[in-house]
Amino acid sequence: MEIGPIWRALMRNKTGAILIALQIAVTMAIMVNAISIMQERGRMMARPSGIDEHNIFSIRSMGFAEDFNERVTIEEDLAALRALPGVVNAIQSNTVPLSGGGWNMGLATESGVGIEGPSTAIYMVDEHGLDTFGLNLIAGENFSATDIGWRELSDTDWPDKAIITRATAQALFPDDPEGAIGKTVYVSDDKPITIIGIIEQMQAPWNSWEGVERVLLAPSHTLFNSTYYIIRTEPGMRDSLMPQVEELLAESNKDRIVRSMRSMDEIRERSYSGDAAMIKILTFTIVLLIAVTSLGIVGLASFSVNRRTKQIGTRRALGASKVAILRYFMTENFIISLVGVLIGAALTVALNIIMIETFSLTRIAWYLVPVAMLMLLIVGQAAVFGPAKRASSVPPAVATRTV
Amino acid sequence: MFSYYLKLGWLSIRRNPFLSALMIAAIAVGIGASMTIITVNYVMSGNPIPQKSDQLFYVQLDSWDPIDYGDDEHEPSDQMTYLDAMALMKADKAYRQVASNLSGLVLEPQGEGERPFSVSSRNTWADFFPMFELPFIYGSGWDDSADDNLEKVVVLGKEINERVFGGENSVGRSVRLNGMDFQVVGVMDEYLPVPRFYDVTTGAFDEPSEIFIPFNIAVEYQLPRNGNTSCWKSPDDDGFEAFLNSECVWIQFWAELRNDEEKQDYMAFLNAYAEQQKELGRFPRPIDNRLSDVMEWMENQEVVDDDAQVMLGLSLLFLVVCLLNTIGLLLAKFLGKSGDISLRRALGASRSNLFIQHMIESGLIGLGGGIFGLGLTWLGLRGIEMLFGDFIKNLVGLDGVMVLSAIGLAIVSALLAGLYPTWRACRITPASQLKLQ
Repeated sequence: MEIGPIWRALMRNKTGAILIALQIAVTMAIMVNAISIMQERGRMMARPSGIDEHNIFSIRSMGFAEDFNERVTIEEDLAALRALPGVVNAIQSNTVPLSGGGWNMGLATESGVGIEGPSTAIYMVDEHGLDTFGLNLIAGENFSATDIGWRELSDTDWPDKAIITRATAQALFPDDPEGAIGKTVYVSDDKPITIIGIIEQMQAPWNSWEGVERVLLAPSHTLFNSTYYIIRTEPGMRDSLMPQVEELLAESNKDRIVRSMRSMDEIRERSYSGDAAMIKILTFTIVLLIAVTSLGIVGLASFSVNRRTKQIGTRRALGASKVAILRYFMTENFIISLVGVLIGAALTVALNIIMIETFSLTRIAWYLVPVAMLMLLIVGQAAVFGPAKRASSVPPAVATRTV
Repeated sequence: MFSYYLKLGWLSIRRNPFLSALMIAAIAVGIGASMTIITVNYVMSGNPIPQKSDQLFYVQLDSWDPIDYGDDEHEPSDQMTYLDAMALMKADKAYRQVASNLSGLVLEPQGEGERPFSVSSRNTWADFFPMFELPFIYGSGWDDSADDNLEKVVVLGKEINERVFGGENSVGRSVRLNGMDFQVVGVMDEYLPVPRFYDVTTGAFDEPSEIFIPFNIAVEYQLPRNGNTSCWKSPDDDGFEAFLNSECVWIQFWAELRNDEEKQDYMAFLNAYAEQQKELGRFPRPIDNRLSDVMEWMENQEVVDDDAQVMLGLSLLFLVVCLLNTIGLLLAKFLGKSGDISLRRALGASRSNLFIQHMIESGLIGLGGGIFGLGLTWLGLRGIEMLFGDFIKNLVGLDGVMVLSAIGLAIVSALLAGLYPTWRACRITPASQLKLQ
């Protein structure tokens, strides 16, 4: 094989080769860590919210007039919304999944001051809540109409029933989450709540919260002056119903304003807009980085071909075939790139450790390293192919000319 | 001599247009990527009120839960209870002091057929306006007496004044907010502090509030609260009164203290206050009150988010790749001129002459890279604006400092990249290359 002479030739002119190897190494460290961040964000964004997202939208209603009667307004609005053709169901709630604003409370399994338990996101809903969100009740039962109360902002009492997600049940009763039905938990130190149902899954309003699936549905309407209506439509009807609902609510009661009408798809997009942007920026960075690195390889290889024109001619004159010349440059690049990706693997891990410590990012998946090594080797070979091809077409007659 | 070297550099750059273009492009891309991210970080970590940021202090009183005190994060709460905020306002121990919180109201325009709309508002005190030096077009903030006498006064932001009054001087006129008439006392000029330091608990880079009304009015009429409310124990009773007297925190408190002495006095006052509250059975934790000036508070609240810092790190590494690239190309290029260099050495040019000449050539390439890089930075910032949308538009301005930094960074990078290749070039001996010629 020719590796021996190629290696010795490289050793005579190390610096250029080392520079390319280092460049490949740093490129790889950035690339793999960036891809790892993208994967993390992608996984986060792919988590289901647990609700029938594509057919749900929400709209806010805020009362402002002196004689605004919120309770009557809510009752009338819900009756009108549920009667609209195309609407599957509608509820009034204090917040919307993934919207970023909401209410959480600590739940404890024992009554008493200062007993800590898992923090849980609260959605206030009525007996139409499960159907409107499209939630899957896996145990127990739904609220009945008589369970539903009316809650003022400054009330401190709690309804005595609740439906929780499986994640909440697991956090409360790690030994027997299925047995949570019928158990009593305490909120605000000593207010008892009996769990009557468990739903499979639902997300809290905050997407980056560690307890994002810990949710509690409380059977209550809210009189907070500002409220959300959540409306679920027949498949395909959402977009045509949205303007209709906005008009209906705005016209039916002039003592309030309606605003922030958004489909659940839009709420999801807004919720993750920072992550989506980060993914795009990182993708762009990786593409640019690979472009810069390959152009560098092309530049240096072309230069070295130009400088060695005479040597190449001599080799050709002495009987080396075109393929042999081509192979020489390809092999040279392969050796440099291999050194580069080996250093790169170490750098990648080092950078990842720094990132984990400074920014609490996750560890890179092991397979990213070999895949990136392979990819950069291929990029190197592709970049050097042009110059190498040009080298192989140097005619043997060049050897006979002086410069 | 300098201009001669410049000319030589220029000729040399033109002799290998492909290599030169590659080098300039590499530096430009590196500068473009890193300067885009540096600009965002620079603006995020900027000082929103440089003239007095060291005299404005965010006040934290540790009234929080004794139970999670054992954790690592036993920071005092980042907002204040109503009880404490009112006690500090009443004590009036600082040069100026302001308790405020975020709210949202509904404004009813008086015009025929105009629909009411919601505005973001801030409940605050008379001192707010001189303390944070808010600019006014018409009128001014309200007086202390308005706070004490529960006067319904309002300061409008520029945009709201344009929307409701067509931009006219509206001082003395009234606007209807949540069903009550408020008298306009002042109209603010455009004011976009970045970060919005006086309230970072509801988003450090959000727009400032559109209107300002007295805090006491908001409490009196129980107007809505839009910021965060956290409670470590629930109010003792139902009703607004019980909420006000509870341990729930929802108020941001700032004090203006003009020198160290005032600061120490104020700290002593806070500690004495906390002691006194302990005797009343509140403040269950060990006393840990804090005064943080504007920049300390921004640091404490981590207004520069992790993503921006991760990208900063990656973009600087990116610049390193571009520089490694440039070093390689410069090296190839300078060594390619070995013949020339040998000849010039043989004709009497000293090593230092050659050194200066090649550094100038590197600098020229850096300058080219910097200029193109600046263009790329501009594009990069537009790209970021497009991706992140509205809320970031205050973060993507390119000011003079950043323009000069971009060019400076490019030239310095190119000079650094040029050092090793230049050194190699200078070591070429006079005679070695002449033999072949």
